[in-house]
Amino acid sequence: MEHYISLFVKAVFVENMALAFFLGMCTFIAISKKVETAIGLGIAVVVVQAITVPANNLIYTYLLKDGALAWAGMPEVDLSFLGLLSYIGVIAAIVQILEMLLDKYVPALYNALGVFLPLITVNCAIMGGTLFMVERDYNFAESTVYGLGSGFSWALAIALLAAIREKLKYSDVPQGLQGLGITFITIGLMSLGFMSFSGVQL
Amino acid sequence: MSQPTIKQVLFDPIFNNNPIGLQILGICSALAVTSNLKTALVMSIALTLVTAFSSMFISMIRKQIPSSIRMIVQMVIIASLVIVVDQVLKAYAYSLSKQLSVFVGLIITNCIVMGRAEAFAMANPPVLSFFDGIGNGLGYSAMLVVLGIIRELFGAGKLMGYTILPVVNDGGWYLPNGMLLLPPSAFFLIGLIIWGLRMWKREQVEKPDFSIAAHSQEKEAY
Repeated sequence: MEHYISLFVKAVFVENMALAFFLGMCTFIAISKKVETAIGLGIAVVVVQAITVPANNLIYTYLLKDGALAWAGMPEVDLSFLGLLSYIGVIAAIVQILEMLLDKYVPALYNALGVFLPLITVNCAIMGGTLFMVERDYNFAESTVYGLGSGFSWALAIALLAAIREKLKYSDVPQGLQGLGITFITIGLMSLGFMSFSGVQL
Repeated sequence: MSQPTIKQVLFDPIFNNNPIGLQILGICSALAVTSNLKTALVMSIALTLVTAFSSMFISMIRKQIPSSIRMIVQMVIIASLVIVVDQVLKAYAYSLSKQLSVFVGLIITNCIVMGRAEAFAMANPPVLSFFDGIGNGLGYSAMLVVLGIIRELFGAGKLMGYTILPVVNDGGWYLPNGMLLLPPSAFFLIGLIIWGLRMWKREQVEKPDFSIAAHSQEKEAY
């Protein structure tokens, strides 16, 4: 149990998706002008990440890994080069299914997430989570925890940035720095803050 | 609508419409791979090739793609190209591909590739789309290479692994700024580059949401 807790904390703080690995930056910057929308998107990312990482883990261990097809009588087949294509397919499919399910059964949540769900397909943080999971050889339980943790780390980062940007719009920023420029520098400072976690040994 | 010329689509994205500086696309991978020039260069070449060829292929079949499934078709084309790049890197530059780790795979979700496919290749002929892809790739590369040079030169005193500024630890005179090798510095540098670019090209400056009222003077504030 302790192993999983430390994995979760590590995924959230030490290896923060947005601030330590710069993943999902496009949406991170584009949709962080308001705290409300940022939190909506953050929740969507947590949900999708927590489903896709374990799902891709299953696909990797039982279909793609070297010798994974032994159960089908083909132990010498190595399909890992198909990885990228299948992961993105799985992510797109899961986002689509999730969208339809939510629309039918939980319309309130569906309306809250709105346009963010389809956007998530092209969010690098989702794809990045899966690729890190493959690279680090997590098992199914670990990948569930990692998916949840990394999704949460991204949600935390975007909510924080949105809160700062909401205050920032009243400030008198030098002309060329307005908008994008100052946002980058803000993220840089936040990332500097999150680096203080990097010494934490778990 | 008049067709843009090849020269226009090739050079416009570098300064006037830089994908990173103005359109905020493809930043995800721009930062993580720029701590040294070599990975930055490889990443730029990989992305330029993928963007160019995916734009070309998508443009070739743009009249056959039903619009309801065009995203998936684009994804499949892009993912296949990225797999090719990934396999080539693994075969000929294994240590480099280890350094780039997941970021080659993340070209798939790089917004530049998808954005160009959607915005340009779906409406323009193949050759033009190909050059548009190259142009946008170059815009991205320009930013990456500048970042890579600054970060490696001042962070480690080297370029492409060759010593340019001999560092103090090896008996030289240059005290390296280790901060530049860390992730946050990339954000600061991009912020400053954008600032510079917008001072030069004034029309890119964003309108502020609120501005200080014109006649509030400093002494009245007290």
